[in-house]
Amino acid sequence: MSRARADEEEYWHSSKFRAFTFDDEDDELSQLKESKRAVNSLRDIVDDDDDDDLERVSWSGEPVGSISWSIKETASSSTSSLEGRDASLQKGSSSYAAFPKQVSSYSLSSLFKGRNKLPSFQSLSDALSDTGVKNYTPELRRPKAEYKDYSSDWSPKDTVRRMQRGKVCSLERFRSLQDKLVLLDEAVAGHDGNVITAVLIFLKRTLRREILFRELEVRQVALCHLIHFLKETGEQKLLLDLLRFLDRTEEVALSQYREHLNIQDVEKRREFLKGCIGLPFSAEDTSHIQDHYTLLERQIIIEANDRHLEAAGQSQIFRKYPRKASILNMPLVTTLFYSCFYHYTEAEGMFSSPANLKKTFKIPDKQYVLTALAARAKLRAWDDVDALFTTKNWLGYTKKKAPIGFHRVVEILQRNNAPVQVLQEYVRLVEDVETRLNLATKYKCHDVVIETYRDLKDRIQLTAYKCKVERGSAEEDKINSILNN
Amino acid sequence: MAAHLSSGRVNLTALREAGRRELREFLDKCAGSKAIVWDEYLTGPFGLIAQYSLLKEHEVEKMFTLKPGRLPQADVKNIIFFVRPKLELMDIITDNVLREDRGRSPQRDFHILFVPRRSLLCEQWLKEQGVLGSFIHREQYSLDLIPFDGDLLSMESESAFKECYLESDQTSLYHAAKGLMTLQALYGTIPQIFGKGECARHVANMMIRMKREFPGSQNSIFPVFDTLLLLDRNVDLLTPLATQLTYEGLIDEIYGIQNTYVKLPPEKFAPKKQGEGGKDLPTEPKKLQLNSAEELYAEIRDKNFNAVGSVLSKKAKIISAAFEERHHAKTVGEIKQFVSQLPHMQAARSSLANHTSIAELIKDITTSEDFFDNLTVEQEFMSGIDTDKVNNYIEDCIAQKHPLIKILRLICLQSVCNSGLKQKVLDHYKREILQTYGYEHILTLNNLEKAGLLKPQTSGRNNYPTIRKTLRLWMDDVNEQNPNDISYVYSGYAPLSVRLAQLLARPGWRSIEEVLKMLPGPHFEERQQLPTGLQKKRQHGENRVTLVFFLGGVTYAEIAALRFLSQMEDGGTEYVIATTKLINGTSWMKSLMEKLEPAPF
Repeated sequence: MSRARADEEEYWHSSKFRAFTFDDEDDELSQLKESKRAVNSLRDIVDDDDDDDLERVSWSGEPVGSISWSIKETASSSTSSLEGRDASLQKGSSSYAAFPKQVSSYSLSSLFKGRNKLPSFQSLSDALSDTGVKNYTPELRRPKAEYKDYSSDWSPKDTVRRMQRGKVCSLERFRSLQDKLVLLDEAVAGHDGNVITAVLIFLKRTLRREILFRELEVRQVALCHLIHFLKETGEQKLLLDLLRFLDRTEEVALSQYREHLNIQDVEKRREFLKGCIGLPFSAEDTSHIQDHYTLLERQIIIEANDRHLEAAGQSQIFRKYPRKASILNMPLVTTLFYSCFYHYTEAEGMFSSPANLKKTFKIPDKQYVLTALAARAKLRAWDDVDALFTTKNWLGYTKKKAPIGFHRVVEILQRNNAPVQVLQEYVRLVEDVETRLNLATKYKCHDVVIETYRDLKDRIQLTAYKCKVERGSAEEDKINSILNN
Repeated sequence: MAAHLSSGRVNLTALREAGRRELREFLDKCAGSKAIVWDEYLTGPFGLIAQYSLLKEHEVEKMFTLKPGRLPQADVKNIIFFVRPKLELMDIITDNVLREDRGRSPQRDFHILFVPRRSLLCEQWLKEQGVLGSFIHREQYSLDLIPFDGDLLSMESESAFKECYLESDQTSLYHAAKGLMTLQALYGTIPQIFGKGECARHVANMMIRMKREFPGSQNSIFPVFDTLLLLDRNVDLLTPLATQLTYEGLIDEIYGIQNTYVKLPPEKFAPKKQGEGGKDLPTEPKKLQLNSAEELYAEIRDKNFNAVGSVLSKKAKIISAAFEERHHAKTVGEIKQFVSQLPHMQAARSSLANHTSIAELIKDITTSEDFFDNLTVEQEFMSGIDTDKVNNYIEDCIAQKHPLIKILRLICLQSVCNSGLKQKVLDHYKREILQTYGYEHILTLNNLEKAGLLKPQTSGRNNYPTIRKTLRLWMDDVNEQNPNDISYVYSGYAPLSVRLAQLLARPGWRSIEEVLKMLPGPHFEERQQLPTGLQKKRQHGENRVTLVFFLGGVTYAEIAALRFLSQMEDGGTEYVIATTKLINGTSWMKSLMEKLEPAPF
């Protein structure tokens, strides 16, 4: 919104770049309207009966009989309604009962299990039986207690392959470090994360930590899987030890910092963040973490104070605008807004004062002015708004200045429903004539429009503008008097 | 119900049928009546494979959503959990099982079906909770590639990009390779494999290894695909960041398409019958399925949104004329004929009504000032303007606290179009974001840096202009109505990924060696030997079929661009698209953001 729309359009037309514009906007819109009209007019003609739809669809669009629809249905319905739906489902099921016949009839797994189902797959199943492994089909109904493999002489390679096929294998017989590492390397070579993780769980349980770390350092893929797995299972301590061992200090720091999200109690969270400050973050990040801690520390003080004030009911501002939520854990800019809203006039010495926040967190002028403006405009404190942009030079002359540009000021004021009298004061200060005219016209600041045309000596526009102002109003008089001079 | 899957060059119904068969086999293993407890995320993808009636035929009597607590009272013999292998889900299952009333008779049997793969980690977890022994069947359902449309397959694995590029976890690549093996088992060995990127290299390696280890997969099916192109998402980080401007792309950007379904605000979809109207407008979102089974949708989904209005109005005229016919029907025969056409006309009418309403909804957004401003900045960046300094519009958006994801998309776009940001610019953006949205987002920014989406310019050189010019990524004269180039899908920007596919088909990658070296990861070519009898003798004028597999996600606009290439008269190549996940800039950013505690209000 930095440039007015008209500016941009001109920019696009004059440059070779195209924006996403609707070439013939009216036409486009009327086309849509036209199809809408056609559609609507047809409603009367057609007797709407769902019967001839291919699929029955409930209002929410879910085909009747789809899985998510059925979850809702079966979870809530009694048997009788189940019966009732049966009939309605008949048609749906018959419509695709015909369909499987024309297509092949194998399952995904049968392709790999090598079950012979159709002649064309002859070669596949032949080849599979040649591999010598007979039992490709999963065991049916394994007894509950059974959870180990009887055959114990699988090689590391075979073990990994069996595990890839979803078999449970006992890894206990890999006793020597050498055997275990071969097993791990085989798993990594197979790329199946599931198997790699399973082997890592075994190694984690049976190897000393230093040895595990040392061996993983030269096995990057396995290492990544272990880190991912430790994150997922929440074994924070082991994870941090590992990262420290690997000298990945920044990751240690971030990983530790992440923990604060799990701490609900603000006092404890603050303490925790304090401990994070010394962690080996990058220089840039260190200052952000420091700020995070300081901010929460301030928020705790402000919150305690304001909750008390609000409860006591003495403070007018809290009575008039009760707080919607606590300020704890809010972002810095939100905190600044809050402070500009409830504590605007406080001296810099107070923690809750905007000036103090600005100084402590080195908030740039632009950011500060934007936030203060939004807060004061919301309270309709136009004098404060005025003061924000008034500067005095050493001779005592006052001057209006806005680090964000007055067109932005106007937009923010307008969003907060500022009256025209206030608005036009700032529209007048917009330097670019084109933008000023645009804003003035948009927000009906007639005086500014009239004065600008007067300064431009544009009689034609001024005359044309007469129809925009009310008949017999002061504005009309003004236009007439200018035109007559 | 799945006719749209067989409409393309490759009949994907066979894949769907294989999936259904596997499901039936598993269900029959658990004899007797059953209840299924669903990991809610899976119901969408499963819906593309089977309907409730299939489950019902195999004695599934009840279905519930997985949640903690006691399982509902259902008089069934079997309780089957359909879940992804995730630890947090195992905790819920554990809770369910432990609360089961041991005294009830008859007792219910428990089973688990892991999708897409059994997880030893999860089983270990269940064992530690002491419930592993409660499950009679623990199996996997290899739902790797799910057919979404006649030319589109997805694994719908949300976290694939994050796992591959952030955590160096290759599990999803293993699943991708498995999925490709299944495809080859059904549609023949793919003789040529091309790839670009680290993950592409891994997948190709795994495929070759799996083929070696399974000599049985050397099948005797005549190959349907001529070429497989594996592409890493991180070869083209730019495209998903830009706002898609095709009809389907915009629907996804604005409302989000989930497993071919979209939920829309109900106001524009008035009740059908006059009598019902007026008083009780529906408050529930309107849910619509979007795929090529709907004739009109198939025609307009890949068009630039600016070209959709004219098609809709043309259709409206045709339908109006068709209904007018009834006045001319005089004889009984004519009336009979008119009546026989009614159902079709009626379906066309309701389809037109829906899409007119959707187009209106989208138009409200695309004509807004903010949409225009945002797009202006995107297009400036992509065409190489002012990418090296702090952007005013982005600053304004931060000041007005626009959604963080929008900000991140823009900043990442700027970073990618500048081969990294100047340290000063990057620090400035970072500080503004942390101060406005909260310091904890330092974790998300860190993730984006690791993924290469947001980074400081290290080499001091910006390669993007060279890449842009060589691959013609920015086209000044776009024709949105009758496009002659793929750049129409972003009104000027031609998606890098699709350009790579296009150049591979003609004239070949040798012409762009220099640029390929500037993009991350190796590029390679592999050949898989075919038995002599299966080598293809191409008929004159017959198109080649290329499967493009996007590792880490693909957008609808990229799909549209590939479909455009398929339809080009002298293109010579038809494309089938596979991916780990259908994404847009927003869903992609979300998958990379650190999960933060919900705000207190």
